Amino acid sequence: MSYPLLSLAIWIPIFAGLLVLATGSDRNAPMARVIALAGAVFGLLVTIPLYTGFDTSTSAMQFVELAPWIPRFNINYHLGVDGISMLFVILNSFITVLVVLAGWQVVEQKVAQYNAAFLIMSGLLNGIFCALDGVLFYVFFEASLIPLYLIIGVWGGPNRVYAAIKFFLYTLLGSLLFLVSLLYLFIQSGGSFAILDWHQLPLELNSQIWIFLAFLIAFGVKVPMFPVHTWLPDAHVEAPTGGSVVLAAIGLKLGAYGFLRFSLPIAPDAAQELSGLMIALSLIAVVYIGFVALIQADMKKLVAYSSISHMGFVTLGFFMFSAMGIEGALVQMISHGFVSGAMFLCIGVLYDRMHTRQIADYGGVVNTMPKFAALFMLFAMANAGLPATSGFVGEFMVILAAVDFNFWVAFAAASTMILGAAYTLWMYKRVIFGEIANDHVRELTDINTREFFILFVLALCVLGMGLYPQPFTEVMHASVNDLLRHVAITKIQ
Amino acid sequence: MFNDFVAPSLYPAAPEIFLLTMACVILLLDLGVKSPRRTLTFVLTQLTLLGCAAITLATSNVEVVYTFSNMFVDDMLADFLKLLVYLTVSVVLFYSREYIQARQDVPKGEYFVLALLATLGMMVMISANHFLTLYLGLEMMSLCLYAMVALRRSSAVCTEAAMKYFILGALASGLLLYGMSMIYGATGSLEITAVAERLYTHTVDDKVLVFGIVFLVAGLAFKLGVVPFHMWVPDVYHGAPTSVTLFIGAAPKLAAFAIVMRLLVNGLITQAEDWQSMLIILSVLSMAIGNLVAIAQTNIKRMLAYSAISHMGFMLLGIVTGVVGGDARFALNAYSSALFYVVTYVLTTTAAFGLIMLFSKAGFESDELEDFKGLNKRSPWFAAMMMFVMLSMAGIPFFVGFFAKFSVLQAVVAAGYYWLAVVAVVLSLIGAFYYLRVVKFMYFDEPKHVEPIEGPTSLKVVLSVNGVAVGLLGLFPQMLMSLCAYTLLRSL
Repeated sequence: MSYPLLSLAIWIPIFAGLLVLATGSDRNAPMARVIALAGAVFGLLVTIPLYTGFDTSTSAMQFVELAPWIPRFNINYHLGVDGISMLFVILNSFITVLVVLAGWQVVEQKVAQYNAAFLIMSGLLNGIFCALDGVLFYVFFEASLIPLYLIIGVWGGPNRVYAAIKFFLYTLLGSLLFLVSLLYLFIQSGGSFAILDWHQLPLELNSQIWIFLAFLIAFGVKVPMFPVHTWLPDAHVEAPTGGSVVLAAIGLKLGAYGFLRFSLPIAPDAAQELSGLMIALSLIAVVYIGFVALIQADMKKLVAYSSISHMGFVTLGFFMFSAMGIEGALVQMISHGFVSGAMFLCIGVLYDRMHTRQIADYGGVVNTMPKFAALFMLFAMANAGLPATSGFVGEFMVILAAVDFNFWVAFAAASTMILGAAYTLWMYKRVIFGEIANDHVRELTDINTREFFILFVLALCVLGMGLYPQPFTEVMHASVNDLLRHVAITKIQ
Repeated sequence: MFNDFVAPSLYPAAPEIFLLTMACVILLLDLGVKSPRRTLTFVLTQLTLLGCAAITLATSNVEVVYTFSNMFVDDMLADFLKLLVYLTVSVVLFYSREYIQARQDVPKGEYFVLALLATLGMMVMISANHFLTLYLGLEMMSLCLYAMVALRRSSAVCTEAAMKYFILGALASGLLLYGMSMIYGATGSLEITAVAERLYTHTVDDKVLVFGIVFLVAGLAFKLGVVPFHMWVPDVYHGAPTSVTLFIGAAPKLAAFAIVMRLLVNGLITQAEDWQSMLIILSVLSMAIGNLVAIAQTNIKRMLAYSAISHMGFMLLGIVTGVVGGDARFALNAYSSALFYVVTYVLTTTAAFGLIMLFSKAGFESDELEDFKGLNKRSPWFAAMMMFVMLSMAGIPFFVGFFAKFSVLQAVVAAGYYWLAVVAVVLSLIGAFYYLRVVKFMYFDEPKHVEPIEGPTSLKVVLSVNGVAVGLLGLFPQMLMSLCAYTLLRSL
């Protein structure tokens, strides 16, 4: 382990992004694409040793790097991963490769800037998952807003300006209050920004509750939880396909990850105290947003609402404080990364051909795009949580945990099985099956090799994880159990 | 009688003396320079600033040295701020050169001389240890600035701005002077360190003293441009030629910080509870009004004026958290965060106005927000620079503005003012909107003008260095932060 793998995972994409920017105007677009792909693939390759070299028997941080950054405030460049964060680094690097490929022929304007934005964002997102210093985390957390803001605003749809600014300000609101609580913890801990030190810091219940609420705003917006979810459908609808994929696959996981890294271990008593509120908000997201998804006329909006509903499952899993619940939630997060990413890519495939996302404009696509219809079918099933797909594993684990916890919570949570199937499959039916709706559908061409490759890889992930989730769950055990032990001990002195 | 006379040491004031001499020499030499480029004047001005920097460095001393019967002080804070003033003025003049050259109605030679004399005023302010020295420096700087705003005599907007600036500035000076006289009445001294000593050892008439402090704070608030004494800021920023706006918006903020430190911290630290509570109100109002009104602006110079108001409000947060309940152990942390804030603000604002000047041409000011539409198409590099500046002002990492806000907020939280920290971040969230809107114009919209950005290479290089510095200092803020802390440690 002589290489600083985490630093490489963060900085390779960022430097590749700067290199891509240097290619300049669209005359050099082919070169920009190749460099971007090389950077993304290289970035993915350096994350693989994270998995192969991972020690599953310990909950301690691994691949740790520690160097002083701003000694004046005792801020360190402190990186490390445990069973909770490691998979997200790999997932993020993997999604970046797909996103660069997905934009290969589709994006023709400002190609270098487009690819650079994605690569830089990928590096920053890896930084969020690796950071063990509060300020370092915050810096990555907030800096990652900039590329996505530009991606939505520059390459987005007609209402992109509104969506981009709404996205940015919403998230900034949360993170600024988060910053104040970081500073509070810094003072309370006698001058340390190390997240792991804060885990051990005794705090009064009152201050724990304030901290928890500040964290809740920051991470709740990011997840997004009901009622601060309204930015997400706007952002998704207006973002270009790649932007939606990264936002759904990784962006939403940041909030959930924040709960596990900050809220639960730093304010465990407040988390127990407020778990009722959290479970209620999660269930509202699962059920109410599920119904909202049902009536959407725009495919992207539908998947966006379904994401909110699925993320409600994740937060539900966290706040029941059982190993099954948290592991289920983590599995759900990874699975949702694959499935929602794939769903947005599928919608992107259709949108590139028809330039509409309205369900009503489609019908009978299976007649002209059979290969696509088959793959889309798999992802729709996974989104609905069908057994043997990855979507099932996480949901099932969370529901099992919920049954242990409280029957009615489990009952409400299980309704997602029906709702999810209803909105996804009904959408699928209206788009893919039936008579050929119009001439545009008649002229559709099936997916090309590039698109097939992207979707096929994702299909393998979805199926693989559904049939054999063991490799994913075994790395989590030690860290999740440690977290639960930690949460069970009160910090009030 | 003459036996008591001790010739004052001129060493501590050597940079001021050199600058004054050079300013007179340049004024004379400029009579012979006819070309509108004024190469000789420009080069001499820059060399003068360089010379000042060399002298300041050579005479720099970690000890605090007083001269001219304690009227003048040379400490680390003075040296540090003076060096920054030279650097800022030098960069500002560099940016201004093309701009004033392209405008027929701006007198060229006078511009540089006035700038030098204003610099001299700032230096005297920075080194003042006596109410009169301070007032002298302040007036010297202000008179030069009034004249600079009015340089375009034929322009009604400029003249109006200059009039407003002059009248309100004179009023503010009057308030300041009145406050000083009250404090003199209460303590019997005009010397800042003596005032502090007197307040420490004697009980003085509180009524007169607090009355004096109110006027003093009001006068300072005028000079800093914080609410409710901010009305001149938008008009002057908007009306003045952009190069002068930049001049006013950059270096004088450093000098204003210095007089706040000298008057309130060096002189009246024992009364900290009194002036802190006043400054908290000014600070919150400035952040609120500055950020809210900036949203409504369509002119970027006006927008940056309101942004300056809000930034000065944020900077004051660092100053109000120095003393908590009579306990001054947070003072160093708090004041050095405020110093860091001012320095980074000056750096950022210099880049902002420098870019506006780069985008403008003869007969076209490029100061409307609309003029920034589609800048990314015309010049991706400078659009990125402008984006750095805007995001830094909004306090987004990895730009230096984030660490400026961070260090001030840290001081606020350390002092236990949690509510103030929350108010500050909520108001800077509002502020983020209008900075993002500039980014929106540059990146999301189609250009109104299509011609590429042109300018001399040297200007482009300096601007790029300035813009990149905004980013690099955000990645590595440690040095500047410790420098600010060290400077204040040696001076307080």
